[in-house]
Amino acid sequence: MIKKNKVISVNGLTKMFGDFTAVNQISFEVEQGEIFGFLGANGAGKTTAMKMLIGISTPTSGQAEVAGFDVFTQAEDIKKNIGYMSQKFALYDDLTVKENITFFGGIYGLSRKQIKTKTTTLTEELGLSEVANQLVGSLPLGWKQKLAFSATMLHNPKIVFLDEPTGGVDPITRRQFWEMIYKAAHNGTTIFVTTHYMDEAEYCDRVSIMVNGKIEALDTPKKLKQQFETDTMNDVFLKLARG
Amino acid sequence: MKRFLGFVKKEFFHIFRDRRSLFILFGMPVAQILLFGFAITNEINNVDIAILDHSKDATTKEIIQKIDASNYFSIQQFLDRETDIETIFKKGKVKAVLTFEKDFSSKLVRDNNASVQIITDATDPNTANTISNYVNSILQHYQAEQNKDIQLPYQIIPQTRMAYNPELKSVFMFVPGVMTIILMLVSAMMTSISITREKEQGTMEILLVSPLNPFQVIIGKVVPYIFLSVINAIIIVLLSIYVFEMPVHGSLILLGFESVLFIVTSLALGILISTIAATQQTAMMISLMGLMLPVILLSGFIFPISSMPAPLQVISHIVPAKWFIIIIKGIMLKGVDLTYVWKETLILLGMTLFFIGLSVKKYKTRLE
Repeated sequence: MIKKNKVISVNGLTKMFGDFTAVNQISFEVEQGEIFGFLGANGAGKTTAMKMLIGISTPTSGQAEVAGFDVFTQAEDIKKNIGYMSQKFALYDDLTVKENITFFGGIYGLSRKQIKTKTTTLTEELGLSEVANQLVGSLPLGWKQKLAFSATMLHNPKIVFLDEPTGGVDPITRRQFWEMIYKAAHNGTTIFVTTHYMDEAEYCDRVSIMVNGKIEALDTPKKLKQQFETDTMNDVFLKLARG
Repeated sequence: MKRFLGFVKKEFFHIFRDRRSLFILFGMPVAQILLFGFAITNEINNVDIAILDHSKDATTKEIIQKIDASNYFSIQQFLDRETDIETIFKKGKVKAVLTFEKDFSSKLVRDNNASVQIITDATDPNTANTISNYVNSILQHYQAEQNKDIQLPYQIIPQTRMAYNPELKSVFMFVPGVMTIILMLVSAMMTSISITREKEQGTMEILLVSPLNPFQVIIGKVVPYIFLSVINAIIIVLLSIYVFEMPVHGSLILLGFESVLFIVTSLALGILISTIAATQQTAMMISLMGLMLPVILLSGFIFPISSMPAPLQVISHIVPAKWFIIIIKGIMLKGVDLTYVWKETLILLGMTLFFIGLSVKKYKTRLE
């Protein structure tokens, strides 16, 4: 087996809001091209942990490197090398598909030429060529989700952070979305994904489960199921979350 | 810089594709100026009145004719009984009733005095006051005419000059006020709404995760509104010059500079609001209640500050609009230069810096 690069390494990362410890000394590593599932109940601290990794929240203590940059001192470098998609599939509803791509390409510093070619290839790949000049607000949710993911991938980021990327989408679209994720991972992009769907946890290479600010379990889905003597990730999660 | 321009361009798409913001941006200023200019006025014209003439002699007829001939009043009805007065007021048909006492002429000749009662509908106190003043002056005029040949021992002749607004046009008072409201509304409300919209959509998060600096994001959101507010200010000034014949005596450059200063004040307030409000609706409510009301009530736009109770006068000092209105009234109507309004300008500048500082601090804490 070839030794792969570690693109995320976290050691004792902690975030406190006053007396409340939202994230308590978490440590883990993610390798390049890996699909890393980041699970936890609502309020377990997933979002806070993720915000520290994407450079919009400063940790209270601990260490973390993302794409080779320090989260304390090099947040701006991190931002250039990652992509982020939120659970709202945030796009501008009052801009067309093309304009959205142009805008997001623009803020990541792509040249006009790059944006042009990207727009053509992307809309063709996603089957959105016919609606390229339509407002995004008129598109079905599944298409928006795909488009949002592609917008996240525009600048070929090393790591993509997906915050519950499949909420409110039907199972078929979800399945298609995961195919896109696999494809990206296959091309060497690291995927860091939070989800509520336990069947999706099975698609991940490795999974961590957060409970009350701590990472209580971290392994491949297969080993986690063995460790907790269950058949599904759902049961693993329930066992952990209920303590 | 290219990233930034792309951002500004996107902002313009938002504005021009949203009918609601387009209306607020360009429909509102025109509508407000025209409304305030034409409909809302302190002058009185053709006010309906009624007459109750108990004597019906030559003198009263002459006076009634004088009143009818003026443009201020139009006589709707002649009443016969005292009891009719109450009825006609309740119907709301007239704003005032003049009652001439019995034997008006003969009393005037015999006793050297006779009285006219002016009853006005004071549910609208300002109009009532104006009506009674106008009637008084018509009566005095008439009296003076009658006594032309009589030499009074001495006479005081008041010579009144209404400086800066000789025709007492109320539009002169409204234009600076409306300009203030519009600039405040467009700058503060529209920016706070557009920033909170990004928060609601979740795109703000995406922008913050992007390599764009948070301050680039905010400035990018604000720049289009500076541009549009300046256009608005120009539209308002043009309307007031060409439609209402309101002169701009002072320097247009100074007017422009002061307007931009006030626009920046309002934008800073807008950013401040957006750091507090989580939704577009809240942002709109705060802008309307927190900014519009003080502008209308406490800036001296409609109600003179000097006749407010002391606590309100104190509060009016912290309303930026008050200072801006003083400044632009000075420039437009009195033609003053910076040496006359530097104090107000400095206060406005200080407030602007304070609001900018405060919103930067708030914005930073929110990012943490």
